[in-house]
Amino acid sequence: MSLLKLENLSVTFGQFRAVDQISYTVNEGEVLGIVGESGSGKSVSSLSLMGLIDYPGKVSADELSFMEQDLLSMPETQRRKITGSDIAMIFQDPMTSLNPCYTVGYQIIEALKTHQGGTKKELKTRAIELLNLVGIPAPESRLSAYPHQLSGGMSQRVMIAIAIGCNPKLLIADEPTTALDVTIQAQIIDLLIDLQKQKQMGLVLITHDLALVAEVAHRVIVMYAGQIVESGPASEVFSTPKHPYTQALLASLPESAAGKARLEALPGVVPGQYDRPKGCLLSPRCPYATDHCRNVVPDNQGPLERQVKCHTPLDTMGRPAA
Amino acid sequence: MFQFIFRRLSLVIPTFIGITLLTFTLIRLIPGDPIEVMAGERGVSAERHAELSAQLGFDQPLYVQYFNYVSGVLQGDLGNSLVTKEPVLSEFLTLFPATIELAFCAAMFAIFIGLPAGIIAAVKRGTLFDHSVMTFSLTGYSMPIFWWALLLMLIFSVNLGWTPVSGRIDVVYWIDDVTGFMLIDSILSGEVGALSSAISHLILPSIVLGTIPMAVIARMTRSSMLEVLSEDYIRTARAKGIAPWRVIIIHALRNALIPVITVIGLQVGILLSGAILTETVFAWPGIGKWLIESIGRRDYPVVQGGILIVASIIIVVNLLVDVAYGIVNPRIRHSR
Amino acid sequence: MTTETLQAPVPRTPLQEFWHYFKGNKGAVTGLVFILIVCFMALFADIVAPHSPSDQARDALLLPPAWMDGGNWAYFLGTDDVGRDILSRIIHGARLSLSVGLVAVTASLMIGILMGLVAGYCKGVVDTIIMRVVDIMLAMPSLLLAIAIVAILGPSIVNAALAISIVSLPHYVRLTRAATMAEMSRDYVTSSRVIGASPLRLMFVCILPNCVAPLIVQATLGFSTAILDMAALGFLGLGAQPPTPEWGSMLADALQFVQRAWWVVTFPGLMILLTVLAFNLMGDGLRDALDPKLKQ
Ligand SMILES: Nc1ncnc2c1ncn2[C@@H]1O[C@H](COP(=O)(O)OP(=O)(O)OP(=O)(O)O)[C@@H](O)[C@H]1O
Ligand code: SF4
Ligand SMILES: [Mg+2]
Repeated sequence: MSLLKLENLSVTFGQFRAVDQISYTVNEGEVLGIVGESGSGKSVSSLSLMGLIDYPGKVSADELSFMEQDLLSMPETQRRKITGSDIAMIFQDPMTSLNPCYTVGYQIIEALKTHQGGTKKELKTRAIELLNLVGIPAPESRLSAYPHQLSGGMSQRVMIAIAIGCNPKLLIADEPTTALDVTIQAQIIDLLIDLQKQKQMGLVLITHDLALVAEVAHRVIVMYAGQIVESGPASEVFSTPKHPYTQALLASLPESAAGKARLEALPGVVPGQYDRPKGCLLSPRCPYATDHCRNVVPDNQGPLERQVKCHTPLDTMGRPAA
Repeated sequence: MFQFIFRRLSLVIPTFIGITLLTFTLIRLIPGDPIEVMAGERGVSAERHAELSAQLGFDQPLYVQYFNYVSGVLQGDLGNSLVTKEPVLSEFLTLFPATIELAFCAAMFAIFIGLPAGIIAAVKRGTLFDHSVMTFSLTGYSMPIFWWALLLMLIFSVNLGWTPVSGRIDVVYWIDDVTGFMLIDSILSGEVGALSSAISHLILPSIVLGTIPMAVIARMTRSSMLEVLSEDYIRTARAKGIAPWRVIIIHALRNALIPVITVIGLQVGILLSGAILTETVFAWPGIGKWLIESIGRRDYPVVQGGILIVASIIIVVNLLVDVAYGIVNPRIRHSR
Repeated sequence: MTTETLQAPVPRTPLQEFWHYFKGNKGAVTGLVFILIVCFMALFADIVAPHSPSDQARDALLLPPAWMDGGNWAYFLGTDDVGRDILSRIIHGARLSLSVGLVAVTASLMIGILMGLVAGYCKGVVDTIIMRVVDIMLAMPSLLLAIAIVAILGPSIVNAALAISIVSLPHYVRLTRAATMAEMSRDYVTSSRVIGASPLRLMFVCILPNCVAPLIVQATLGFSTAILDMAALGFLGLGAQPPTPEWGSMLADALQFVQRAWWVVTFPGLMILLTVLAFNLMGDGLRDALDPKLKQ
């Protein structure tokens, strides 16, 4: 059964489409990787799943459902019951994601209290359990620590504790390791994958690290300028990319793995609000672009499990189709 | 925490020394012979001159004078009024409750209107409410408050007859001076209607004196809230699925208050200097009116002492604000 | 190649950029227009004002404004208790308020910049002393300090202007010092020092231009404080003395007219409010236009 299903989800800020008609599903226990350059709409799309897009941003979709419940039409209060309990999210910068005025314990317990309730003592015990679970030593004493007393890795562990506190069915991790030291990154990812397996959660893992996605994700989505340009099983997408953009991403693997957001293989940057090409959004940067590409927007090609948005998808040799 | 308070305290001492130097110098800056100026235009006889000179210590070297002045100040001796011959400190103490009462009510008015207005304006950014709050607060901030006092008096006292024109209470009541605070004393007196008379006398002066602080607080709260609302931890809080009011009050406001508290602390200075104008218009018998009248009477010891006390109060309040700042902001509290 | 684009912003010079933002701020433009009008009134007060500010029309005491019963179009805003035309006094008052503002702001700006540069450049003891003095001054409310100064020097318009310049010093010192410190740590300043550029040249050619924007904003806001404090001193009888047409001192004995002649009370104060508001609006607009990050 699919846990999360979205169809033609768009997020617009005024005239600007930060997310443009994307569709995907996440199944129970599945790890979905989302990759793409900076500004391709990865964060915005996942925030829209949490209902965290603010005015003037607008979310629209043909379908946005979680366990068969329509998230867009449900009343605000009911949606909040799902947000933070069944769907949880952790963010890029753990150092700024915790409220500096409250203790770690307070911030963990707050989420538990909102969704599950319980006595003070129960909540505290549960919080200590959670800190244990995410591998924080001496959890009892950590409860009364303030965020500024924690390192980045610790803070991200606390964020994870908050997120998994209510046993979510779906966890969204938006670049959970980008802001951390390289040595800590692997630990946090291991922790996330462990927890995912233990609890059989769906996990949406947003990252710039293609090697990581290849390693842990079941399926992968490649985003470019707010659109999904390619999707499919991780192994397939990475071994035989069909979209020139994915190919370029892979070609620049060493740089992107090192956290560099710019693509050396493709000159130029993601089109912004003012310079959207008329045809294929990649056409100004694509080495295989034709006049047809520049004038006509490509459709999604291929079966739902393995789609590519290109007029001339690449063959297994990495060459454009005739 | 104690270390933090101690460090703040040690910063206050040089400031206090600076203020005493300032008030000490002020009186010596009077153009011409200070004793003659103080005695007025009639001129002074030679022996009265010598007597005053000795009384004020002008016949000693400067550093001795300064030392005597500071040690006097530390023992609560601020000299005597030239006009009433009363000690400056005791005059101050009898008048101060009236000013505190006024300033306190004004501060309450400013906080209880300014804070919510700023919060709502930030949350409802860009709406008509937001624009109105911004317009009103900029107007309030630009207000010449002595004129504002006259204007409100014109409308509410003269034209509508809702509030009295001046003083702290109707002359028909004779209230014993127990605490010096009219609101309390009027209750203690047990006289029917005394409290409501005291309140009605307080309303206009409090509004007038509270206007600028209210405007400042509203503006500061709004901009501070706007900044905090865009922080990552607010997104985290919302991602927990907690109610919007909790996000705003518990998560955003607590952080937004940190700069606002500093600003509220700074208003004490504005309140005390504003009290000079407000008390003058409403004939409110507090230290502001006392200071201005003393200037008019060339009662320099009173001017000198009054300014010293007011400045010291402001320093102390700023210190308290710093400590409060540490309490709401754990980062400061823990820093060494 | 045809591409469909939303209208992309054209690159602009800094000045155009500034003007673009400034004119988009309705409040700031309104403030500017009002200030220009007041400036015009002040410059040509003798021509614009219908009467001399000191002319006492003995037959027209406490005349209400023209549109009221008993009003006279010759005295548009009415007359005061000795028959002087209120409109003319307000127009002449503009001259006084603006020139006091100008003198006070210029004086404190120049001295403040100098002190700030010296403090930031010399560091050490000089810096500590200057900053302690500044802190003490900031601890005192400006009006109280101004009153103290005038109380000692004696009430007069010159002393009031002097007091106002002194009390507004700290802001300029702080701004300049902060900018100087920031600039001093830059590489190019270090290298100019190494090649032996004179300190004066460094201060005024390298460092000063970098704090112009905040100083302009502060100076604009300083105008409003100067006008407000000046009026307050005038009202308390510590600034301009009675026959002088100054906005604050026009209100000094207005209390007795609250009961009978509202116009004597209303108009001078309204003028103070509007002028101060105009400067504040313009200051806010300048700040946003010069540097959005400057907002504190
Ligand atoms: N509140 C907003 N208002 C206007 N535009 C926005 C807003 N939030 C995001 N955007 C725009 O949406 C686009 C997508 O941003 P998003 O943060 O989703 O990118 P991303 O893929 O997460 O990039 P990164 O890898 O840097 O995190 C960007 O161009 C961004 O400028
Ligand atoms: S459609 Fe054309 S321009 Fe776009 S990715 Fe495919 S080949 Fe490149
Ligand atoms: Mg992102």
